Amino acid sequence: MTAITQIRRNDQPIYLDYQATTPLDPRVLEAMMPYFTYKFGNAHSRSHSYGWEAEEGVEKARAQVAKLIGADEKEVIYTSGATESNNLAIKGVADFYKDRRNHVVTTVTEHKCVLDTCRHLEQEGFTVTYLPVQQNGLVDLDVLRAAVTDKTVVVSIMAVNNEIGVIQPLAEIGKICREKGAFFHTDAAQAAGKIPLDVEAMNIDLMSISGHKIYGPKGIGALYVRRKPRVRLAAMIHGGGQERGFRSGTLPTPLCVGLGEAAEICMKEMDAEAVRLTKLRDRMLKGLNAKLPEIYVNGDLEHRIPGNLNISFAHVEGESLMMGIKNLSVSSGSACTSASLEPSYVLRALGVEEEMAHTSLRIGLGRFTTEHEVDTAVDELVHHVTKLREMSPLWEMSQEGIDIKSIEWAAH
Amino acid sequence: MTYSAKLIDHYENPRNIGSLDKSAEDVGTGLVGAPACGDVMKLQIKVGADGLIEDAKFKTFGCGSAIASSSLVTEWVKGKTIDEAETIKNTDIARHLALPPVKIHCSVLAEDAIKAAIADYRAKASKKDESREAAE
Repeated sequence: MTAITQIRRNDQPIYLDYQATTPLDPRVLEAMMPYFTYKFGNAHSRSHSYGWEAEEGVEKARAQVAKLIGADEKEVIYTSGATESNNLAIKGVADFYKDRRNHVVTTVTEHKCVLDTCRHLEQEGFTVTYLPVQQNGLVDLDVLRAAVTDKTVVVSIMAVNNEIGVIQPLAEIGKICREKGAFFHTDAAQAAGKIPLDVEAMNIDLMSISGHKIYGPKGIGALYVRRKPRVRLAAMIHGGGQERGFRSGTLPTPLCVGLGEAAEICMKEMDAEAVRLTKLRDRMLKGLNAKLPEIYVNGDLEHRIPGNLNISFAHVEGESLMMGIKNLSVSSGSACTSASLEPSYVLRALGVEEEMAHTSLRIGLGRFTTEHEVDTAVDELVHHVTKLREMSPLWEMSQEGIDIKSIEWAAH
Repeated sequence: MTYSAKLIDHYENPRNIGSLDKSAEDVGTGLVGAPACGDVMKLQIKVGADGLIEDAKFKTFGCGSAIASSSLVTEWVKGKTIDEAETIKNTDIARHLALPPVKIHCSVLAEDAIKAAIADYRAKASKKDESREAAE
């Protein structure tokens, strides 16, 4: 296996946004190539070798995905991505069991595609409980236990948060769900391939996985659907009855193969990669802390995937910082970068003040991040945060000992 | 978001960053915006004996458009009378920097900042006049 040290071209900025997406691993591309070309058959064709060959590819990949999460291959169905998986899981069980149960439990820090799905269910007449999270971003298990009733059909709680990288206590949540007879769905788009997941040990009934978050292709994902005890879903896409009838449509063979290969590489390299990324993350944080006062990590640092940092740089607005660090590709929790002009709802849910949410950056490290890139990023961040603080009236006030909260600001 | 060359220039090379003595009689200070909204501008003018604005300084917490808007305004007000400076419109700022629609509020804030600085200067001047009259 060739070691890949760099995936970007030298004229491209340093990519530090691995929670948004990841580059396709060249090894994954290699595995996919035959299925774009001579192995082009329809995996559902039963009458010739083209079909059999394609089927072999998608089934091998299904087993690779299943193995990553401790599932049986028959329990994995392909979708177009985690958004579709989340929609199918939540709407699918809610719809199927609606005569008996009409309550859904989730958290306020879920990805928009879970929250929006839940909003949709509310319009359909379901009751949804949106659980708060603690200051560290983790759900309070006592609060969860109290929220789940004998009417709860599904509890949907993400494994790892996309903005702050915190890992929810999945095994404990699964236990509570099992005791109460509710299904446990977890959006594992940010978790799969990064932390060990075991659907048996964690009592997970439904799990969403995304291809492009694990160095696989975009446009493919998977949904784990438990068979024992059996979870039933109402399908959203009807047709030829592929994927156990849960998701009709011809499978995109190259993408399925890519997802499988990506899952296998993650599984093999997970432990070593976690150690490497933790070292890089610590190096970055240490470097920043050494030169910048008043920076704060949002979300629990302990229960967190190694490749994520979310930092508030007090008194420096996030978008202006991103304009400065042109050689770094990161994302911001500031209002100014979003269409809604609202600062990050995830940070707000942790109790991060609005003014601090505006100063946050999400820095995502991953498979192709190097020590040199981390050092360059630290230098650029230090330079621009310092420069912007020199022109920040809030920094000036805080240096003069003025409490910014004591001023009556006019909201605009 | 793609920004105009003028905006980027003001962001990268901001003019007139700094602070003037806010307790000085010939200095007017405007502080507008709110940290929770992600924009705070402090704009100061120093008015000479001839009634012309001889210096202007700013500090801004906010996005690149907010920084550029306040930088531009400090350039524009220098050498003007306060009455002239008061006529600066947010639309002029927005047009000059080619602000995208979602950033128009930055130019509004810059207009507010200069108006607030002028109001502060006028309040100080009239207080000075009153105390002078009282002394006579």
